[in-house]
Amino acid sequence: MSPATSPAEPLVSVRDLVKSFRVSGGTVRAVNGVSFDVARAETVGLVGESGCGKSTLGKTILRLIDPDSGSIVLAGAEIGRLSRSALRPHRRRMQMIFQDPYASLNPRITVGRLIQEPMDAHKVGTVAERKDRVVWLMERVGLRPEHAERFPHEFSGGQRQRIGIARALALNPDLLICDEPVSALDLSVQAQVLNLLVEIQEEFKLSLLFISHDLSVVAHLADRIMVMYLGHIVEIGTRDAVWDQPLHPYTRALISAVPRLDPDEERPTKIVLTGDLPSPMDPPAGCPFHTRCPVAVGRCSSEMPALRVLADGSQVACHLVTG
Amino acid sequence: MSAILEVRDLRTEFRSEAGTAQAVDGISLLVGRGETLALVGESGCGKSMTGLSLLRIVPKPYGHIVGGEIRLDGRDLLKLPEAAMRQVRGNEVAMIFQEPMTSLNPVFTIGNQIVEAIQTHRDVGKAEARRLTVELLDQVGIPDAGRRLDDYPHRLSGGMRQRAMIAMAISCKPKLLIADEPTTALDVTVQAQILALLRRLQDELEMGMILITHDLAVVAETASRVAVMYAGRIVENGTVREVLRHPRHPYTQGLLQATPHARKAGGTRRKLAEITGLVPSLYDMPPGCAFAPRCPKAQAVCRSTVPTLAVGGGNVACHFPG
Repeated sequence: MSPATSPAEPLVSVRDLVKSFRVSGGTVRAVNGVSFDVARAETVGLVGESGCGKSTLGKTILRLIDPDSGSIVLAGAEIGRLSRSALRPHRRRMQMIFQDPYASLNPRITVGRLIQEPMDAHKVGTVAERKDRVVWLMERVGLRPEHAERFPHEFSGGQRQRIGIARALALNPDLLICDEPVSALDLSVQAQVLNLLVEIQEEFKLSLLFISHDLSVVAHLADRIMVMYLGHIVEIGTRDAVWDQPLHPYTRALISAVPRLDPDEERPTKIVLTGDLPSPMDPPAGCPFHTRCPVAVGRCSSEMPALRVLADGSQVACHLVTG
Repeated sequence: MSAILEVRDLRTEFRSEAGTAQAVDGISLLVGRGETLALVGESGCGKSMTGLSLLRIVPKPYGHIVGGEIRLDGRDLLKLPEAAMRQVRGNEVAMIFQEPMTSLNPVFTIGNQIVEAIQTHRDVGKAEARRLTVELLDQVGIPDAGRRLDDYPHRLSGGMRQRAMIAMAISCKPKLLIADEPTTALDVTVQAQILALLRRLQDELEMGMILITHDLAVVAETASRVAVMYAGRIVENGTVREVLRHPRHPYTQGLLQATPHARKAGGTRRKLAEITGLVPSLYDMPPGCAFAPRCPKAQAVCRSTVPTLAVGGGNVACHFPG
């Protein structure tokens, strides 16, 4: 399987990535043979419902979790199997922003130290230069540098997310993986953080892998959208293609279920899926979606569809989609 | 419209060492039979506290309902003795929450809990209550209801637990259902299922519904009228179409422009409008309009005089509505 690559050499190239976990009672294949690219300065939205493996995929690319097999190429270097020490120089190229910055920020350390810490760890510049950069970063993300001596709990949720962003930017990364970064925020604060992410992405030419369950946010931000179901990528395409003409039956159901803000907007007919997500411990044979698919045929329950490249460059894993 | 619920000037306070907060600061609402009214706003705006006040279950010892009228079919619930109020709760007015485990007890089976709810309000035997329970579980779309009856809540998925809670809430065919963020914790396909279920049940039971949510898109798809809340007060109300298409309060306008939604095909990524600053502390409210410190149109009068809905012509509490 060889998905179409972006015209220039992609920043990230993931191939056949697999990550499983042993849990009581069996094994969960959270990421099950995933392949995709992220171009430089591109925003890729990764969507899917709880338990589809999207967070595990993000953490595995960053090597916060080790993959079972498959390859992760970052800026031309294979990092999927590197040892911890060999991985070190590559680490600074990629950073992560989490949903709950409070959980990822040590509560006993001042905000200034938190932002400086990655630079200390990688011995970037002189101590004085690091301190200057902390001030610069705090201003850049909209925090007041005179608050550097405060602790995380003294900040609001939106401000804490800004701290997380400043810390992620400290080492000038190429790739930012954002895992539900605005899900816990109120709307007015969410807009501030989303705008900040867009600004810094453009300014720093960052590649963004934006993981979210909120399709409206992803449709607002992303250049391309990737849809995951039970550990598999079922569709990848440009934002316009996936949002306006979804091809995979799961994507169609997902997009149709998104509530629309404009009362006069023409709504796609809602495709209401029946049943629950199958247990990831005991996924169905054949296509992972066939048990809930409204158009499944006999072949779907026995044969796993490959992620195929269509004429327009979209990729879909469904026996029934041709083109 | 025959109103099932009419709320006038409802006031709920929180009293603590920090001072007194007007969590619900003079709210008036009207819900028609079979109609859905959405109460929308951000964290801390008082929308959930309004829901709890309607059932007189504000958290003790800090919360106190200090004024107003809550007329259910003409009868003022605030004047009822507690014993009579217990007959209203769960029977005439029911409430569901974001987290089903708020209402479901983990140590009893789903069936036991619904049977108990039915027997609390209706004079039926155990066998009949059990039969009704199977019917209810079936009605809310729980497959294999006869067997699911004997499951404990933790055995069900999030969506199924939400259905079980809804089954319990409608077990006595309430006139009014208060749904507090009923789909916020759910995935989007399950959210669509639950919203469709609520609409169907509402039709079948001719139930009035108050949908409490932070999500304007859910409002657009579910409610017929909407009241936008800010800092304990209603700042704008009207039909969903009016308010979402032609918002007049600067806060409503700000919320709508801050909401991410898909750009048109081929369009470029635009900046979302931001509402600067933060919601004021309820313990330290500005003297005039609560939104004035964040409002791009605020004038001197906004900082001194609280605008009432009447000021803006009945639907918008703003001195300078758009």
